[in-house]
Amino acid sequence: MTLRNRELLNLVVVGVITSLGFASVYIARQEVVSTASLSYALFFFGLYVAAHVVARVTVPQADPYLLPLAGLLTAFGVTEIYRLNPDNAFRQGLWIVVGVAAFSATLILLRHDFRRLESYKYIFGVTAIGLLILPALPLIGQTVNGARLWVKLGPLQFQPGELAKIFLIVFLAGYLREKREVLAQGRLKDFGPLLAIWGAAMLVLVETNDLGSALLYFGIFLAMLYVATAKAWFVGAGLALFLAGATVVYHLVGRVESRVTIWLNPWTEEKVYCAQTGGMALRQDCDSYQLVKSLYSIGNGGFGGKGFGKGTFANSGGDPLIPYLNTDFIYSALAQEIGLVGVAALLLVFMLFCLRGFRIAMLAQDGFSKLLALGLTFGFALQTFIIVGGVLRVIPLTGITLPFVSYGGSSVVANFVLLAGLLLVSNRANATANLPMEARP
Amino acid sequence: MNRQITKVAVVALILLASLMVATTYWQAYAAPDLADKQDNSIQRVAEFTVKRGNIYAADGRTVLAANKVDKAAGQTLYLRRYPSRGLAAHIVGYSTQVRSRAGLERSENDFLTGSNANLNTVVETTLDKLRGSTVEGNDVYTTIRPGAQRIALNALGGRCGAAVALEPRTGKVLVSVSSPTYDPNLIEENFAAASRARFGCQPLLNRVTAGLYAPGSIFKVVTGAAALDGGEFTPGSTFNDPGYCEEYGKRVENYDTSSPFGNVNLVEAMQYSINSVFCNIGKAIGGIKILQTARKFGFYSVPPLETPVNERSASGLYDKGRLFFPEDDTQVDPGRLAFGQERMLVTPLQMAMVSAAIANGGRVMKPYVVDRIVAPDGTIVVRQKPEELGEAVRPDHARSIAEMMERVVCCGTGTAGKLSVPTAGKTGTAETGVQGRNTTWFIAFAPVENPRVAVAVVLERQSGTGGTTAAPIARQIMQALIG
Repeated sequence: MTLRNRELLNLVVVGVITSLGFASVYIARQEVVSTASLSYALFFFGLYVAAHVVARVTVPQADPYLLPLAGLLTAFGVTEIYRLNPDNAFRQGLWIVVGVAAFSATLILLRHDFRRLESYKYIFGVTAIGLLILPALPLIGQTVNGARLWVKLGPLQFQPGELAKIFLIVFLAGYLREKREVLAQGRLKDFGPLLAIWGAAMLVLVETNDLGSALLYFGIFLAMLYVATAKAWFVGAGLALFLAGATVVYHLVGRVESRVTIWLNPWTEEKVYCAQTGGMALRQDCDSYQLVKSLYSIGNGGFGGKGFGKGTFANSGGDPLIPYLNTDFIYSALAQEIGLVGVAALLLVFMLFCLRGFRIAMLAQDGFSKLLALGLTFGFALQTFIIVGGVLRVIPLTGITLPFVSYGGSSVVANFVLLAGLLLVSNRANATANLPMEARP
Repeated sequence: MNRQITKVAVVALILLASLMVATTYWQAYAAPDLADKQDNSIQRVAEFTVKRGNIYAADGRTVLAANKVDKAAGQTLYLRRYPSRGLAAHIVGYSTQVRSRAGLERSENDFLTGSNANLNTVVETTLDKLRGSTVEGNDVYTTIRPGAQRIALNALGGRCGAAVALEPRTGKVLVSVSSPTYDPNLIEENFAAASRARFGCQPLLNRVTAGLYAPGSIFKVVTGAAALDGGEFTPGSTFNDPGYCEEYGKRVENYDTSSPFGNVNLVEAMQYSINSVFCNIGKAIGGIKILQTARKFGFYSVPPLETPVNERSASGLYDKGRLFFPEDDTQVDPGRLAFGQERMLVTPLQMAMVSAAIANGGRVMKPYVVDRIVAPDGTIVVRQKPEELGEAVRPDHARSIAEMMERVVCCGTGTAGKLSVPTAGKTGTAETGVQGRNTTWFIAFAPVENPRVAVAVVLERQSGTGGTTAAPIARQIMQALIG
């Protein structure tokens, strides 16, 4: 079987699973959901088949598992979003259309040789910084849920940080490939770029009030730096600098401090000062309301979950019990409905996606490809860890999206571009290696 | 570079694996703790997605608690309604979204929601979940007789007090009224209205099991049992009543001091409720002996019942708000204890248990209000069988006390409690020191031969005596139960 046929077969399996998910939501919520909406599953399947056709033409030798795994993640997300609010699922569907278009455009544009991106690395770097600064600009910048991550242009609202992440990875892959020998010597004057990036990450942190994004960018940078230079102490020094910087910011920026306090002590016995109301309240009724309610949702799921469509997210008056359920807390919604068994499977899908990504980085022949694949994959893994870890109180909670699962246009589009990047690297690696296709797992 | 990529991959996978560990922690290990959190609104609403079982009275037809289906935002919630309103509110309790739960709704929650840990029901509920059908809870059938319960409620007429009736042979709670009652339907919508004090009394308190009152002369039944079991006295023992009893050089006076009874025996002392006689008995046998007998009747432990434990109180001496058992006789005034004053506080349920034990030949039966729990398919999950808690007084002495109590009703202070069948009873009037604020009591059982019902009735802040205020209520309840 050729790689692309294998991909199609896997997609069919994903399509069947998606249909089952939608059917189960339909059965559980017949009163508010019509049969016509069952066609959603078919629609998503169609979109992925379209992506598959583009991949068949442009990257015939690429890894056959990444697209179906991404499809499965989207299916988890879209089913849950649909269950929470069918209107949002429709909008998410439109964004997936845009995402598939971006995916196809990326593949078609770069099908001959994506490595020419390397020569534009500085353009990518500058664009990334520009995108990061956008939300801080007056008029177009938007503050949502306390973090300044959004840009609003007319009816269009997006998070430029998602795309900036990918641009930054392209820049770093090119830059580090070029400078890796020099950096590896470890001379002090070569640390300029490292310090510059560290400073940039801190700036982003202060500017956006968002610890999560800063951690994400800096983590990607350290991983790529380590792979490029093979110097483990760079990572140690980088982490030390990050922690030092974060400590300073912790004391300077009230919001960061409050996030850490919430993380350490979400429940209080006594009433504490509540900045939102200006009065006194238990912390679980004020600052840590979101986190605590999300933990209740997870706990309520238990081992087997309540079943798609049967979770409790609203009281008898229809008022929501958990805020930001579609985006930041989609994991807690899923955890309640599909239980430990279900979300463990979801995390396994994330792990498989990362494993395929790292495998591509290993199989790639040149430094740029390796660094690009590694950066994209590690960024994907780290982002998953930061948001889910925040929801699970492993680390302080920050508002970034769960790749492919969360509701949100910019996130969906950026992740489709990320997927296209990985497929391009994979295609080239497999094509240049003169191994028969069938010999590869 | 591949070595470094491997290491980064391992780090990434460890990060993701840690998420699995954390999820397992919250969903398996910490889940029960989360479910117990006061502010866990998700848990509270989620429990209303279960089709809760009904609660019935003893006739199996009178519905005390049922569901009303509420469909909102695509979810079906089973909220509670209480068709009998305040009839047995303190036994049934309530189950609400905002005020949590009370009564049987709280203590029998696992059965009512079908989450009782029985392998059979667990399999059943899991199958229900897989089928996507609503989980159904079990029905609870109580021992409450709705007719007599209604009569008791009306007889109390909203005055502050309580009435409880037991079946002496089994311990079944046939009637349990705490007055004023409240409408459990109002708890969710209008808590202020449901909990508003009436006649200066808090309606949410279950006075039957948690109301603590000075017993007054009804405690003489316990003292009498202690005196007979101690062997120092017989029903024929004679005493001289000068109208008072001297203790610590002070006079302890009878209820009515105007006409001393002179030479009387123990039977007459009980019949006319002569304080001075019991005061002298108490001095003779000592406070600890009396309290030891009281303990055999169930004092000094929270009476067993299916309602939540925090809705029940233990009877006994209370010192600074805490249950207190003296270490030696000097710590308690035996004369005043003997006729139910001192610091003795009792619940109506405990006094009904005393009455029922005398009726039952001295054996105390475990009181119960849940007769059986029935699964949706009709199988009986739990059936309560009568249980004996122990012997409080020797059978022949119980018999003697019963005869004394019969004299009380036929020709003593409790004639207002007389039924068409031979009745035994004891009046009590505990003075609170404020005129017109007596706590009045009547405990009784009937028929004397082969008793079918034992009652305790208490009224707060009365100007009359137990014989004039409480005994007529007790009579109506017993009449309704004997038929």
